[in-house]
Amino acid sequence: MESTRSVARQPELSTRRGPDSTLIVELKGLWRLDGTAPTFDSLAPRLAAEHDLRRVAFDTSGLLGWDSSVVSFLVRTSEMLRVRGLTEDRGGLPSGLARLVALAEAVPERAGARRGEESAPILARIGSSGIAAAAAATDYINFTGQCAIAFARLLLGRARFRRADFVEVLQQCGSQALGIVSLIAFLFGAILAFMGAVQLQQFGASIYVADLVGIGMAREMGAIVTAIIMSGRTGAAFAAQLGSMKVTQEIDALTTMGISPFEFLVLPRMMALILMMPLLCAFADVLGMLGGATVGVGMLQVPFLSYYRETIAAVSLTNFFLGLAKSAVYGALIAMAGCFNGFNSGSSSSAVGDAATRAVVAGIVMIVLACGIFAVLANIIGL
Amino acid sequence: MAAEIRGKPHIIVRNLTMAFGSFVLMRDLNFVVNHADVFIIMGGSGCGKSTLLRHLVGLIEPAKGDILYDGVNFTTADPDQRERMVRRFGILYQSGALFSALTLAENVSLPLGEFTALPPKQIREIAELKLALVGLKGFEDYYPSQISGGMQKRAGLARAMALDPEILFFDEPSAGLDPISSRLLDDLILELRASLGATIVVVTHELSSIFTIGNNCVFLDTDTRTMIAHGDPKELRDHCPDLKVRKFLTRGEEGTEALEQHD
Repeated sequence: MESTRSVARQPELSTRRGPDSTLIVELKGLWRLDGTAPTFDSLAPRLAAEHDLRRVAFDTSGLLGWDSSVVSFLVRTSEMLRVRGLTEDRGGLPSGLARLVALAEAVPERAGARRGEESAPILARIGSSGIAAAAAATDYINFTGQCAIAFARLLLGRARFRRADFVEVLQQCGSQALGIVSLIAFLFGAILAFMGAVQLQQFGASIYVADLVGIGMAREMGAIVTAIIMSGRTGAAFAAQLGSMKVTQEIDALTTMGISPFEFLVLPRMMALILMMPLLCAFADVLGMLGGATVGVGMLQVPFLSYYRETIAAVSLTNFFLGLAKSAVYGALIAMAGCFNGFNSGSSSSAVGDAATRAVVAGIVMIVLACGIFAVLANIIGL
Repeated sequence: MAAEIRGKPHIIVRNLTMAFGSFVLMRDLNFVVNHADVFIIMGGSGCGKSTLLRHLVGLIEPAKGDILYDGVNFTTADPDQRERMVRRFGILYQSGALFSALTLAENVSLPLGEFTALPPKQIREIAELKLALVGLKGFEDYYPSQISGGMQKRAGLARAMALDPEILFFDEPSAGLDPISSRLLDDLILELRASLGATIVVVTHELSSIFTIGNNCVFLDTDTRTMIAHGDPKELRDHCPDLKVRKFLTRGEEGTEALEQHD
């Protein structure tokens, strides 16, 4: 029964000539948005083939049901008729349908609203991306300057920010990060020891694994590992927080209250990271050395006491403090990358995600660059 | 759409209790929305109008009671059946709720692409049509952040209409719109009801909208935690036995008169 009925309900489109150079377009069956309804494309060639045509009328006596598929069909048909200068007789349409078509045509397209496909030539695209990069660099310098001003006001005791916020950020990027930093630093120390051991064992110099791990962690790796973890963890969080504050106009609200967002938002975050990074780094150093000792004692059979003495002898205070100083700088860089990208986030949900991604990437790149600069400087002054 | 179902019950709410945990927001709601009604949910601020809407569309489960669509129980329906029922809804959220990463045309196309078998070209045509219906012809390739709040709301309506819904829900359609835009939106709502025959449920406390578009309503009262009136808003304004409702519908004038008489 269903199949015989479905034949009659099949959406159909036919045309026939009426009197007075009229073409009658007949719509039959059940028109639904399921892909079975005819589209304007099937009417267009028939319209084009008709000669001495003045009017187009519709016959919908066989139309069982309709939805947007018919409206879309009719709107495109009447566009075409207008282009060809033919009159359209909508008398044969159900009243609801005629009203919808009229509604779709009620508000004309606003002039200049539509945009063409943008396909700029390659040179123009290179040029505009260069200009955009230069503008971003200017923004960054501007941002750094604003941060410096905020710090100056902090030293003068005039910076406005909530102490409670500062404490919360301290906790967020201090004690709450301790777990992940410990785990990674311990594993990192163990890996370092293991890789060194494979080589040093060949010379019977297993004990020097302690030197390798001790100096490596204290001078470079403790700071780098902590910085990369914090960039992914805290830098991204800063960018997301400030980005969504920008979306909800909270940053605008601060500015119009006369509170500098640099003092209120950037300052506590940057101070917290600068203060907490050296502490986390010292912690990472020790745990890295413990990781090294685990491999040294467990795999190379070096007695723990010898390993301990060797480490103490190898790691100078200079190395240790050099590492801590670096980590403070890395902290400032992470906070800047996070806050800068948060401030410059677009105002949509996906733009906030992009800002967080950019904050992590920029943070890590700056950390590695700074690490290189530190290595050169330390070499020059002979540390 | 068909004339014969016009006036038959479309949505039936039976003994609905809305609660968050042990806090009961509204209890014993009983009302009927007929096919092709423009049904207004009204009441003072914070009385649970939007919460009732969220119950009706299934975003919140009722603490007690049932919601029926065309006689089918929505509350106890299994997930598949429920999904089919939800697909016949079109919902306009308060701020449009457009996907910010998609253009207007893509926003409208999303449900068409997911739930119909139409080829991409035809989906685009339908999307353009829906945007033209709300007066946004030519703005197909704009992102929501590039257009004004009123336009975002209209684009949200175009998306709500994408699948030719049988019921359109509006959450505070005139919030944040100037009087002329909100009047235009009211006209659009009436036009859609007349041409599509859709049932329309509106949460609002704009009196002008209530009388222009509504032919049926429910009044939620915070003090008694239940509905205190149900019916045609114009009737209620003139003849409702409850003073609170008359006061609301006359912007407090009725109430002051009564008080003066009392003095």
